[in-house]
Amino acid sequence: MKINDVILRTVTKTIVFIILTLGIYLFFAGHHAPGGGFIGGLVLASGIVLLYLAYDIETVHKGIPFDFKKVAALGVLLATGTAIGSLFLDVPFLTQAHSYINVPIFGKMGFSTVTIFEAGVALTVVGVVVTIILSISEDE
Amino acid sequence: MVTVLIAILLPFVCAALIPLLYRQLRRVAHLGWFVLSVPFILFLLLARYIPQIAGGKTFIHTYEWIPSFDINFTTYLDGLSMIFGLLITGVGSLVILYSIFYLSTKESLHHFYCYLLLFMGAMLGVVFSDNLMVLYTFWELTSVSSFLLIAFWHHRKASRAGARKAMTITVFGGLSMLAGFLMLHVASDTFSIREIVANVEVIRDHTLFIPALILILIGAFTKSAQFPFHIWLPDAMEAPTPVSAYLHSATMVKAGIYLVARFSPIFGGEAVWFWLVSVVGLVTLFWGSFNAVRQTDLKALLAFSTVSQLGLIMSLFGLGSVGHYYGYAENTVFYTQASFAALFHLINHSTFKGALFMMVGIVDHEVGTRDIRRLGGLMALMPVTFTIAVIGGFSMAGLPPFNGFLSKEMFFTAVLAIRDVEAFSISDVGLLFPIVAWVASIFTFVYSVILISRTFFGKLQPDKVDKKPHEAPLGMLLSPIILCVFVVGIFFFPNVLGHYILEPAMASIYPTFPLTSELTPHIHAWHGINAEVLMTLGVIIIGTILFKTLKRWKPLYRIFPQRYTFNTYYNRMIEFSENSSAKLTNRYMTGNLTHYFIYIYVFFVALIAGYFIWSDAIAFDFAKDSTIESYELILVFVMMFAAVWMIFAKGRVTAMLLNGVLGYSIAFFFVIFRAPDLALTQLVVESVTTALFLLCFKYLPDLMPEASHKKVQWSKAVISIFVGATVTLIGLAVVHFDRFEPVATYFNDSYELAGGSNIVNTILGDFRAFDTMLEVVVLLIAGLGVYALTKLKPRKEETDHEN
Repeated sequence: MKINDVILRTVTKTIVFIILTLGIYLFFAGHHAPGGGFIGGLVLASGIVLLYLAYDIETVHKGIPFDFKKVAALGVLLATGTAIGSLFLDVPFLTQAHSYINVPIFGKMGFSTVTIFEAGVALTVVGVVVTIILSISEDE
Repeated sequence: MVTVLIAILLPFVCAALIPLLYRQLRRVAHLGWFVLSVPFILFLLLARYIPQIAGGKTFIHTYEWIPSFDINFTTYLDGLSMIFGLLITGVGSLVILYSIFYLSTKESLHHFYCYLLLFMGAMLGVVFSDNLMVLYTFWELTSVSSFLLIAFWHHRKASRAGARKAMTITVFGGLSMLAGFLMLHVASDTFSIREIVANVEVIRDHTLFIPALILILIGAFTKSAQFPFHIWLPDAMEAPTPVSAYLHSATMVKAGIYLVARFSPIFGGEAVWFWLVSVVGLVTLFWGSFNAVRQTDLKALLAFSTVSQLGLIMSLFGLGSVGHYYGYAENTVFYTQASFAALFHLINHSTFKGALFMMVGIVDHEVGTRDIRRLGGLMALMPVTFTIAVIGGFSMAGLPPFNGFLSKEMFFTAVLAIRDVEAFSISDVGLLFPIVAWVASIFTFVYSVILISRTFFGKLQPDKVDKKPHEAPLGMLLSPIILCVFVVGIFFFPNVLGHYILEPAMASIYPTFPLTSELTPHIHAWHGINAEVLMTLGVIIIGTILFKTLKRWKPLYRIFPQRYTFNTYYNRMIEFSENSSAKLTNRYMTGNLTHYFIYIYVFFVALIAGYFIWSDAIAFDFAKDSTIESYELILVFVMMFAAVWMIFAKGRVTAMLLNGVLGYSIAFFFVIFRAPDLALTQLVVESVTTALFLLCFKYLPDLMPEASHKKVQWSKAVISIFVGATVTLIGLAVVHFDRFEPVATYFNDSYELAGGSNIVNTILGDFRAFDTMLEVVVLLIAGLGVYALTKLKPRKEETDHEN
């Protein structure tokens, strides 16, 4: 059965960018405002899921040619990596560092290793959510 | 001391790289050449420290891991860990060199070397860790990686069975050891072995001291294949021969020996320790050598021989612990020589047993069988292999001019000396020690002769062997030849080894003794006509007679009925536990989701409500609560309406939408109560789960009204009401619950401590980042689980994996 999904596709084309932008914004905002790795990743994942719902798997795969299992694995590697990395700097496991640096144009900006950790969380969430949805929908 | 950290981590890093790089590397050369560099570099790195260690220095470095729980990655390099470090990397290099020629490129080499490097790293971690928890982690990692190595040829049923047996027994011991470690922690309030050794006087009177001793010894005994746990070692011989040479002669089985040596300053003076270690060691020595004689498979013979030699080393550490009992005094320092002999024999055993395993591998590889009934007459065809066998075998039998002779003489000295000890009521049974040792040595001599003569003398039986025998290629012979050079070299220059390697290790075993040079006896190859030499002569004479009359007394083994062996008991135990756990599991794993929810909810209510009632924590004071606004009430009624309607919903879509109403309403509540993080998360999760449901929807059957009994329905209703009541109670009571320290202090300091003003995120990413990290891992595993369940369903014809 062929569903008439013109409206869905048209809306998706615009909305996906808003969702993805929101996801990235949430990810970076997390340090001081609502947001963070988990929720940012979830929003990104929901954007991708919307794409998959509107278009078929092959089409989306052409645009986003990632193996999402590997994305999830990369995320876990990042998260555990920052945890283990602190050992090499002679500080306890999972110690996070942060500091402020003056950047041209943007002014004073905070940089923190938590961001890497959160990026790991975000990538894992994206990878796992999309993997689950894809494997269930592909199942015959 | 970054060297030690490198030594532990480099094998792991390389093991992680192999799966990524092996395709590229395979084109260049045999994968083994690249892997060989790892232990070789580590050996050289460690060897640089030999002069400093011999000078009495020790190196320690702490990398903080979880300092709040006293769990730190503390590396400690002293004489004792140096010996093991050198053995692991040195023998490891030779084994990998050997494996390059032994394993053809058709095998899945990347798996093999990956496991081997994992094992090497774990082993180095065991010997270099000072922290008990870290040591335990590496200890279990050696069990896991050796499991993978033993089951390397996993298409063979025997390999899998052997691997499982080794794993079951060693992990059982490991868990008991963990309990012992925790008891030690309770007694001494530290996880650091060094600190426990330093405070040993304080903890010796603790009630948990003896239980800890016994539990830790069980760990050591299982790992080192001591009687009656020795049954896993012969079965582990299903592994490829390089693995047997490495794991079962030089490294893994010696982890238990290491543990006993490492803990002897703590437990050494105890009578329980002396009796357990020395008697279990002697029994193992005798039982192993006695059983080795009847084996017909060369590797099985060597396996029992390893069991017996490990018993010898173990018993020597037991005898040496008498030195701890007496403390340092001029007339008792003599007893410490048993420990010295143990360390000496440890090294000797690694050299000759490594060479012998490799020799057997060569025979197997070139002739096609290891069965001594089919072998014979290979001397002329394989002269180099024959020489290796003679050097290794004679050293094992304790004959000059090979290193086994020296350590065996010292063993005799130790068992003779123990007769005169006036402690632990040894003098009553003192005479038994030398007798058992001597009888076991006779059997050792017999099986060593069997090993050599049945393989190389006699007549060649060309019709019984699979291949036309010829000498092995030079590369395969190289490693055993190097080991044989050590076997002979140590005999002629034993005191070099004694001074540089053994002396600092003695200082680690007897840290309270002032002069290490006194602990290091000068080793003489010829020590005059005395009791030890006469005992050796007796071993040779009686051993030869027994070997000549082997056919006549071999039926002796058949007297012992098969159904009383430990293997039978082990099999019965496994069978029983498998059957009973299957029965138990089938009883509650019904496959009915409702049942599982019932278990979860009943447990939840019993535990949570039970705790609140038991601890009298239910106290309401509505005066403290803030006022309830009208829009909150409306939202509550919407949710109640949705929840009740859901129970009576006819279709899945209706139920799903109502569930969505609940979820979004909760998000509203989060917004009202100013928790934007939670509201956002709730909203997105709700959307994603709805999408997921829509995907699954077409595969689900129609919602059928349950045709269950009235009683069942009522019990479900009761459970639901209880769950709801419990949650409500907790919500009401938790405001007044002050049994735990509130985390609110962190909220105030989040900006100073973590540099973030979003508390939720600083908790997730910083204060409680350990939870988050593991949750991420769990998430990945769950995702992979769904993927595996839906994608990798075995096809019908593939379900049968047995052979």
